[in-house]
Amino acid sequence: MIEIPIVRWGEPYESMEKMDVVHFESGETLAQVHEANAGLIRMDMRKARRAREILREFTIDQLVDMMAEAGEYYVNDTLPLGNGDQSPDDFCKMQSATTGLPEHMCRMNMTKNAFVMKNMHQILDALTRGLPYNILSDGYGKEERGVMVSYQANCNAAGWVLPSNSPGVHTLWLPVIPLQIGLVLKPGPQEPWTPFRMYEAFAKAGIPREAISIYPGGTAKGPELGSAVLETCERSVIFGGLATIERYVGNPRVSAHGPGFSKIFLGDDKVDDWEKYIDLMADSVYINSGRSCISCSGIWASRHTAEIADALAQRLGPMTPLPMDNPESGLAAFTIPGAAEAMTGQIDDGCKSDAVTEATAQYRDGDRLVQDERCDFLRPTVLHVTDPDDEMADTEFMFPFCSVVECPQDQFLDKAGYTLVGSLLSDDEALGRTFLDATNIDRLNIGDVKTIQLNWLQPHEGNIIDFLFRARAFQDSPPPAH
Amino acid sequence: MSDLSTQVNAAKEALDAHTVKMVQWHFNPETGSPFWLDQAGDFGFDPLTDITCFDDLKKFPLFEDDSLRGGPVQRWIPKGLADKPAYVFETGGTTGIPKSRVVMDDFRIDYELFSETLPDEMFPPGSNWLMLGPSGPRRLRLAVEHLAQHRGGICFCVDLDPRWVVKLLKKGKTEEAKDYAAHVIDQAMTVLEAGHDIKCAFSTPKLLEALALRLIDNGSSVKEAGITGIFCGGTEFTPQWYRFAREELLGPDVYITPTYGNTLMGLACGKPFDPADDYKITYYAPQPRAVVEVVDFDDHTQVVEPGGTGRVKLYTLTDELFIPGFLERDEGEREEPHEKYPWDGVSSVRPFHVFAKTTTVGVY
Repeated sequence: MIEIPIVRWGEPYESMEKMDVVHFESGETLAQVHEANAGLIRMDMRKARRAREILREFTIDQLVDMMAEAGEYYVNDTLPLGNGDQSPDDFCKMQSATTGLPEHMCRMNMTKNAFVMKNMHQILDALTRGLPYNILSDGYGKEERGVMVSYQANCNAAGWVLPSNSPGVHTLWLPVIPLQIGLVLKPGPQEPWTPFRMYEAFAKAGIPREAISIYPGGTAKGPELGSAVLETCERSVIFGGLATIERYVGNPRVSAHGPGFSKIFLGDDKVDDWEKYIDLMADSVYINSGRSCISCSGIWASRHTAEIADALAQRLGPMTPLPMDNPESGLAAFTIPGAAEAMTGQIDDGCKSDAVTEATAQYRDGDRLVQDERCDFLRPTVLHVTDPDDEMADTEFMFPFCSVVECPQDQFLDKAGYTLVGSLLSDDEALGRTFLDATNIDRLNIGDVKTIQLNWLQPHEGNIIDFLFRARAFQDSPPPAH
Repeated sequence: MSDLSTQVNAAKEALDAHTVKMVQWHFNPETGSPFWLDQAGDFGFDPLTDITCFDDLKKFPLFEDDSLRGGPVQRWIPKGLADKPAYVFETGGTTGIPKSRVVMDDFRIDYELFSETLPDEMFPPGSNWLMLGPSGPRRLRLAVEHLAQHRGGICFCVDLDPRWVVKLLKKGKTEEAKDYAAHVIDQAMTVLEAGHDIKCAFSTPKLLEALALRLIDNGSSVKEAGITGIFCGGTEFTPQWYRFAREELLGPDVYITPTYGNTLMGLACGKPFDPADDYKITYYAPQPRAVVEVVDFDDHTQVVEPGGTGRVKLYTLTDELFIPGFLERDEGEREEPHEKYPWDGVSSVRPFHVFAKTTTVGVY
């Protein structure tokens, strides 16, 4: 049995309390993970300064190179895991077995993480707008144009309260270490694999273990541990539902990531050619089993919406759950009892509205909800919604789900609400201008871009540089007379 | 027969005799409380003749603690104690009517018995105490103060309204809850810094952690603050927290002992620390005044095998209160008798798994 201890600034710590990480289909215990208590986090964060000091013994360039090397190890090597080892294949199988994500999707996420690690220089260069690294390390310096600038780190260590259901989010914390900031991770109960594998890959590449802490905890302990991370790290990120987002609104120390409500908007100039975009729409909805905040949950157009919904339903409706190791498997399992049942109930309730019709039902042999002994699945669902004010026009679920919403073009932005990724399919410059000005869209694509096609050189839900550093005034000589 | 077996048998005989005595008291029309006397004819058996040992208490229906809500609280006062001054201690009450227990002397007796389990070298007689726990209509407030007085000291208290904290947490106002906790620790720091020569303390795990970390942040420690002995209660006192407290929060020179209790039962003591136990926490009720059983989840009349897991069932058998079996909101494992406590104990007490998901644990 693999046992995975807590990591306290690089030191393994065996807790008196352990949790089983269980295969969702067989019930087999894949590993025992030692559970932290909140006091450990509070105690350790008092030493967070040391993590940053250790990282500053290296240059950012060196750390970026180490990160690239770690990316190779992460994706290709057998690495230590607690008291055992884990090959890349084992990693994908274990992650799939506990999160319910098909193995090929786990591999895809693994490749995505490695890509970010190997391209960290380009990513930091883009996110810092070409700022020389020494300015971040030293806290001040002159740019090439001769202007003095100062960037001060907001924290010695950044905390990440991670989810269980979406291994893709790990890309977001990867820049922390090269930015010479200590890393504090609270893994999701079902997904300890990525943080610990990444930690070992980092160490093999020479990144000091002392810069990283990992505090696992099960469902019961999770909130207490997450709360301790948020309380003690001066900057932290948490993933959760709308309630979590609302709780941390206006708190500059916490960045809360939740549902994306990502959407595709078809402009009036393109909507008559909607068939040309059906692949783009379908991929945006179902890739990664619709689990990401960047998965499309809404397609908005002024006309042809019934036809679009029907075409998507024909494409997605017949999809059925397949074994996790099947490379064609497109649906992730729900491993938390009752979750899928609650969602399908919500959708059924929503369909009672006169403005809502489910387009997929006629193309699906059986119910939306598929219940197995130890897990559930939800089969793809496309709704046609004729009223943009209907509750189902702007909703999101963690499976391939999409509402095709009929809405006049000039009301898109007023009615669509918050949108993490908005893909506008239109050449209408005036419409494009209103989208550029809209503050309810976070990541804007104008052109034929799937919502799930992220360019890592672009910031995601805020620029991590702005979150971890603050630009401030710095002078080492009097200003010119004026 | 081993010494422990002899002790166990003696304790069982004492419990049987005590049970009979308590039933006779509570169901005697001259001495019993209105609450029990009113029900005496409804059980289908005669408590005065049919209860001849502790196990006979299982003939009674489970006690429903909802019956403790609301007035008149005089219904709980045994006629035999009617002339004594009474206190009302409450539990719950964040919303709605709290559960009330009327007490005359039980809290004093319980804590005097508990006092005998405290090592004098770590809880020096005559030393002063810090009560870092709930104030208001709580048993703990007066009980800890009495403990301090019983041991020859004076108790210094803080203001802490746990109902307000639970309200804040239920509304998701975590920042305000944290501010409130800091306010409580501010008060404790003021007491510790005011030259009161505090050597002993009661605290909850959360508050002790906050106090210890505050002291560390100030370049001090619980030990340097002068505290040598702490008793601490609640289901948050887990083996991992116990170890963390001993190894990191307090250090080897500060003694900490776990306790488990509630307003109904009194105070169960922790088995003395033994490295061989690997920080397992085992509680023993103050028999025969109170009894703890670990019972089958589906049949509360069946005690689980030693080492087995079940729901915690409490009995209170004092002159002031008769509780012939009440299912606590906790579960744990049944433990074998110990030479210091020659009756069953319960270890690894934690919230009953069915309720655990809905319980809001506050600062205390």
